[in-house]
Amino acid sequence: MASAGDTLMLTTVRYGGHLQSRTQEFLEFVQAGGQVETGDWMPDQYRARLIKFIEMHGNSELMGVLPERDWILRAPTLQRKLALTAKIQDEVGHCQLIYRVVEDLGKPREACLDDLISGKSKFHNVFHYPTKSWGDVGVIAWLVDAAAIISQKALLKCSYAPYARVMKKVCWEESFHILHGRDTVLAMVTGTREQFELVQEALLRWWEPLMHFHGTPIPAAEDPMYVWRIKSQGNEDARQQFLDGYVPQILELGLEIPDPKLRKDEETGVWEYTEPDWEKLMAVVTGHGPASAERLAFRRLSRAEVGWVSRTMLPEAA
Amino acid sequence: MIFEVFRQERKGQAFVHGGSFHAPNREFADAYAREFYARRQESVALWVVPREEITTIEEFPDEFDLKYRRVDGYSIKARLKEARAAAENAIRLRDAGSAGGA
Repeated sequence: MASAGDTLMLTTVRYGGHLQSRTQEFLEFVQAGGQVETGDWMPDQYRARLIKFIEMHGNSELMGVLPERDWILRAPTLQRKLALTAKIQDEVGHCQLIYRVVEDLGKPREACLDDLISGKSKFHNVFHYPTKSWGDVGVIAWLVDAAAIISQKALLKCSYAPYARVMKKVCWEESFHILHGRDTVLAMVTGTREQFELVQEALLRWWEPLMHFHGTPIPAAEDPMYVWRIKSQGNEDARQQFLDGYVPQILELGLEIPDPKLRKDEETGVWEYTEPDWEKLMAVVTGHGPASAERLAFRRLSRAEVGWVSRTMLPEAA
Repeated sequence: MIFEVFRQERKGQAFVHGGSFHAPNREFADAYAREFYARRQESVALWVVPREEITTIEEFPDEFDLKYRRVDGYSIKARLKEARAAAENAIRLRDAGSAGGA
C-alpha cells in the first residue's frame, strides 16, 4: 500500500527544489520506460523500495524450498525425486541471484539472512503453509509457480535493469517447474480415486493462499511499486491473468474450485470471485501463518549448522 | 570475492553478461559458475572474471561533434533529390536537342 511518504513525495516534487526536481525527472524517466543501472543516481526512496521488494523476493525463494524439501525423501518415484531436487536447486539459485542484486543496492547478504530469521523482513504468503500430501507438491509446483511466474514476467520490464535481467534466467527455469507440477497433477488425477482426491483436497487447501498471492486489489496508479515502474502491472491485473489462464485448466481435469462465486463475466471478460480475507493475508505474511514459526525455526537451525562453512571459506576470500 | 559471469549460448555468438556470485577463490568460482550458469547446457562457454578486474568506462564526450565518422553524419536525401532532378533535366535537354536536330 502507498505509504504517506510516497504520496508526499509525488505531490511535493512539483514545487521545485533541486533534489525534488531531480526526483521528478527520475520519475518521469522510469515512467517513460527508462531503465536504471546500479551506479546511476536514484532517489533514496526508490532504492529503499527496491531493496525491500527484491529482498522479500529473495527470502521467498529461500523459504519456498522448505515445504518442498520435506518431500524429497517421500517422492513416489526416483524420477520425481530427481525433478523435485532439481527444482529446489533452482529456487536456492534464484535466491542467490536475487540477494546479489540486493547486495549491489547496498544491503549485504548476511544482513538479509539476519533480518529473515529474526522475522524483521517478510517472505511470500504461500510459504507460510504446511504441506499435507504429495498432492500439495503437485499443486504448489503447478499453480503456486504459475502465479509466481505471472508476477515475475511483469518484472522483466522492471525499471531497475539488473533485477530485470536476473528475472530472465528465473523465468526460464520456472517454466520447467510448472510443467513438472502439471505433469505430477495429471499423473494423480488419472490414477486411483484416492490419488484424485489427494489433488482435490490440496486444491481446496491452496485456493485461498493462491487468491491472496497477488495482493490486495490496489489500483496500479496508487501502488508505489507501479508508480516507480518496479512492477509493470497492478495486483488485480496479475490475479485476473492467473484466473484466466488456470481456472479452465483446473476445471477440465474435473477438479472443483472452492468458490461458488467464481465466474467470468463474458461481456467484460473480468473474473468475479469471493473477496479474499485481506486481514488474514496480512497476518500470514507478518509471521502468523500456520507454518511460519516452524519454517523460521528451521532456517535458524540450518544457518547455525552451516555457519562453519562461511567461517572456513570467508577468511580465504578476504 | 565477487565474480562476474559472461556466457555464450551458442558457438559463434557473443558472450553476454549472465550475473554474479560470491566465491572464496577461483577454484570455487569455477564450480559455482558451472552450477549457476551451465547445469542445463544453457551455455557452451563461460568467462568468469573477478569483479575488481573489470574497468567500467561510462563517459564518452564528443566535444567536436565528429559526425562525419558515422552514418548519421550524412543526410543525402536533399542532395540525392537534386542530383536526380539534374539528371532528368539533362536527359530532357538532350532529347529536345536531338528532336530539334531531326
